Amino acid sequence: MITIATAAPAYTGLEIFWFLVIAILWVGYFALEGFDFGVGMLLPVVGKTDLDRRVMVNTIGPVWDGNEVWLLVAGGATFAAFPNWYATLFSGFYLPLFLILAALIFRGVAFEYRSKRDLPKWHLAWDHAIFWGSLVPSLLWGVAFANILRGTPIGPHQTYLGSFFNLLNIYSLLGGVTTLLLFALHGSIFLSLKTTEDIKERAEATAKVLAPAATLALLAFLAWTYVNARNGHDVGIVPPFVPILAIAAVAVVGWLMREKLAGWAFIANAVAMVGLIATIFLNLYPRVMVSSISPAYNLTIGNTSSAPYTLKVMTIVALIFTPLVLVYQSWSYWVFRARVRRPAIGAVLPVAGPPATDDTPGTATPDATDAADAADAPNSAADPAAAPTGDGGAR
Amino acid sequence: MTLLLSRWQFGITTVFHFIFVPLTIGLALLLAIMQTAAYRAREDQEKRAKWEQMVVFWRRLFLINFAIGVVTGIVQEFQFGMNWSMYSRYVGSVFGAPLAVEALLAFFLESTFLGIWIFGKGRVSDRVHLASIWLVSIGTMLSAYFILAANAWMQHPVGYKIEGNRAIMTNFWAVMTNSTLISSFLHVFTAALVTATMLILGVSAWHLRRSQKAGDSPHPVFSTSAKLALIVGSVAVVATMFFGDNQARLMETQQPMKMAAAEAQYNTANGASFSLLTIGNLSGDPIFQIRIPHALSVLSDNSWNGPVQGINQVQAKEQATYGKGSYVPVLWVTYWTFRIMVGCGMVMFFGLIWGLWLMYRRKVDTSKWFLRLAIPALALPFVANATGWIFTEMGRQPWVVYGLLKTAKGVSPVGTGYVVTTLVGFTAIYTILAIIDFGLMARYAKLDPDSVDEHGATKAPGDDDDASGTGDGHQADDDRIPALIY
Ligand code: HDD
Ligand code: HEM
Ligand code: HEM
Repeated sequence: MITIATAAPAYTGLEIFWFLVIAILWVGYFALEGFDFGVGMLLPVVGKTDLDRRVMVNTIGPVWDGNEVWLLVAGGATFAAFPNWYATLFSGFYLPLFLILAALIFRGVAFEYRSKRDLPKWHLAWDHAIFWGSLVPSLLWGVAFANILRGTPIGPHQTYLGSFFNLLNIYSLLGGVTTLLLFALHGSIFLSLKTTEDIKERAEATAKVLAPAATLALLAFLAWTYVNARNGHDVGIVPPFVPILAIAAVAVVGWLMREKLAGWAFIANAVAMVGLIATIFLNLYPRVMVSSISPAYNLTIGNTSSAPYTLKVMTIVALIFTPLVLVYQSWSYWVFRARVRRPAIGAVLPVAGPPATDDTPGTATPDATDAADAADAPNSAADPAAAPTGDGGAR
Repeated sequence: MTLLLSRWQFGITTVFHFIFVPLTIGLALLLAIMQTAAYRAREDQEKRAKWEQMVVFWRRLFLINFAIGVVTGIVQEFQFGMNWSMYSRYVGSVFGAPLAVEALLAFFLESTFLGIWIFGKGRVSDRVHLASIWLVSIGTMLSAYFILAANAWMQHPVGYKIEGNRAIMTNFWAVMTNSTLISSFLHVFTAALVTATMLILGVSAWHLRRSQKAGDSPHPVFSTSAKLALIVGSVAVVATMFFGDNQARLMETQQPMKMAAAEAQYNTANGASFSLLTIGNLSGDPIFQIRIPHALSVLSDNSWNGPVQGINQVQAKEQATYGKGSYVPVLWVTYWTFRIMVGCGMVMFFGLIWGLWLMYRRKVDTSKWFLRLAIPALALPFVANATGWIFTEMGRQPWVVYGLLKTAKGVSPVGTGYVVTTLVGFTAIYTILAIIDFGLMARYAKLDPDSVDEHGATKAPGDDDDASGTGDGHQADDDRIPALIY
């Protein structure tokens, strides 16, 4: 079943270890930022009113930045452990990376600034930023990984010789659609776990629609990947159970959602992402980027790595601090385990969009100026200013 | 062309990042101090309320600023691969390590505990809530330390050897204890504190002036903030100058060309004078110049008649070592940026001393000119930060890693069209963000802190639901509702 490179490997155990670490960092990034991308993309789908969307943004409020750091660590680790990989990848995939960065910029600012003024237009503008800022990277990360694996024109000096358009092909676009759907599904499951009432119901309904679509996309992408991997010159190792596990995991999501087992559905979808990344990295190994010009120009963990000493130092640092990070990040998820509901203040803004059935019509306050900080006041228990008006009158 | 555009792009994105970063570092620490004061005043309702109100007020500005610091930082992380890939290949073994460590140690800490701090009040104990802002502050300092470790290595490479055509790390400890790093961290960190205190002082002054004009008594939030800023700020500005002087001394031995270029000092001199201002050209015979005798020698060598190397001598020496070529940076840039930075520092120093004097005489709240001038003065630290970096980086040219790699050799083989696209793109994005950010900052800076309690409060709906009985009644523990912050 397993094909192994015939040439004597020009790399050591530490290089393999760091290849694994980087794969794990991407798993962490996909499984965590995946759901906050998903929530962002579903803003117009699940969020019918401004207040709904506010609730949705607040489900990811405390955690999205921590999730994004997984990407930064992946980037930094690649730089330190495999500088040539970092150099070729990001100078080669120059424009897609620019688009991703631009999207992440607007998205990050949007979370913070959305509530800073109480103008419907202002909220709507930032909602757009969140939507596109989540959608673009969701698509492009898939495109990027598919291209890494499919092979791009990399020349003899490890430089990328192609253009932006070499990166657009059916296989990589399929990869992009796959990550996009997986993330959207992840977000809808997350919302069904973190919200209540009609927001929750809409999130569940969305999940049920997305689940088969994501399954289909992942099936197509992984099947294509696997067939490619079996074709002749490929040196990667992919035990077939890895992609099969990924597909099986996402396939049960729909069923789990119908059975109201959203927690399990979330885990199943995360497993699918583990399987996806694992398939890609196992297929790549020991390469880190494939050259479509000649296998001799492939980037591998051997010819891109930094020095053994650097890897050793990094290993020590990682072994000490990663467990610590995992502990406090998990703890923060525990702190914010509660569902987020519509606030009792009910400052519903008349934002364009289909009239929602569950709104309290009388509470609309289109006041633009003074309430600017309404959203920012501390959640202080010693602050019982507003009277409880129920959850937007929905009950 | 790609080189020139990449340089512009790097300069623009980095300086933009560094508009927000010092404020984040400084404000995080000051907020931690304020919240500690509130926590310690638990017994005294009135005092506690005042400190808490201060935290709430400055926190808003902090968060508006923080958002941009974060998103511009993400660009920084990938820029080296995008535009400086040859550089990345050359230095990755040394330079990548602090970057990776920074992300692992500092960014996780900052972002996770910032989440706890913003959203966690009422869900974690007061003590943990207080600890979380301290952890955010520590995170910002760690982040500064590690990124400056990377940068200091470019200024003064240590703990490496050259193997093949790249630099290989041989001693991580040496990289992390680089003399340039320690000096520059202390300078940048204290400069960050100056930045935050000048902002607090300026905004407080605006409010104090307003109540003066309206005939109201000064708001306790602002009179206390102003005093805190004066105390912390004057200590910090003295420290900034002290460590800056320390850097200058290191620079004279590590990068003599930069020191000479800072002064446009053409020939080695003993007891060199420091030129305050030059009109005309810098080529050696100025039209008008004010010089302080011996000051440069004192600054860079700490002795009255110490020698300071001149551009011509260093150029000859470097040519002998590194081969033909010019080793002189753009003089008017280094000369003026250095002067502007130091000038801003001096002005702030005298301003803060004046403020301390007024404070000693209990006249800060009632002074007219001091408060009036403190408002525009909040621009000074930002100017000093930007010019400081431009000087440090441009003064190192033509090197990107001093003595090892020239900037021209570090650039990516990326098409000019691509770089134009991203340069225009990032510049446009940053311009938009800057406008929005400054608008929001101004808006929230002008907010009356008392209005928050009157009609801006988002209460903790979970608690109210329970109390009033309009809720489900059967709320599970994990069904409590956090306040909506965003
Ligand atoms: C002296 C301080 C300092 C300097 C010189 C730099 N930074 Fe920075 N950076 C910070 C201090 C800082 C900070 C204060 O720690 C920030 C601001 C907001 C934040 O979250 O952390 C930050 C944010 C920040 C982030 C986002 C972190 C997050 O998402 O939480 C990244 C990726 C970087 N930086 C990377 C860089 C790189 C690659 C730099 C060099 C070119 C750089 N920074 C210069
Ligand atoms: C830590 C890693 C850093 C690296 C690898 C780095 C590298 C570079 C490079 C390659 C250039 C282009 C050469 C040139 O244009 O002169 C440059 C210039 C510059 N950098 Fe740095 N730098 C670093 C940190 C910083 C930081 C943290 C700042 C400020 C916040 C900064 C500010 C500047 C400025 C102002 C320029 C001049 C821009 C220009 O006109 O080209 N640098 N640096
Ligand atoms: C008034 C006395 C000051 C002196 C003598 C001084 C000296 C210096 C020197 C020599 C450098 C260059 C270090 C190098 O390239 O190796 C530097 C850099 C810098 N300065 Fe200053 N400085 C002063 C004030 C300030 C103030 C008030 C601020 C900001 C509030 C500031 C912010 C910076 C920054 C951000 C850098 C670049 C980072 C670095 O290289 O450490 N400086 N300073």
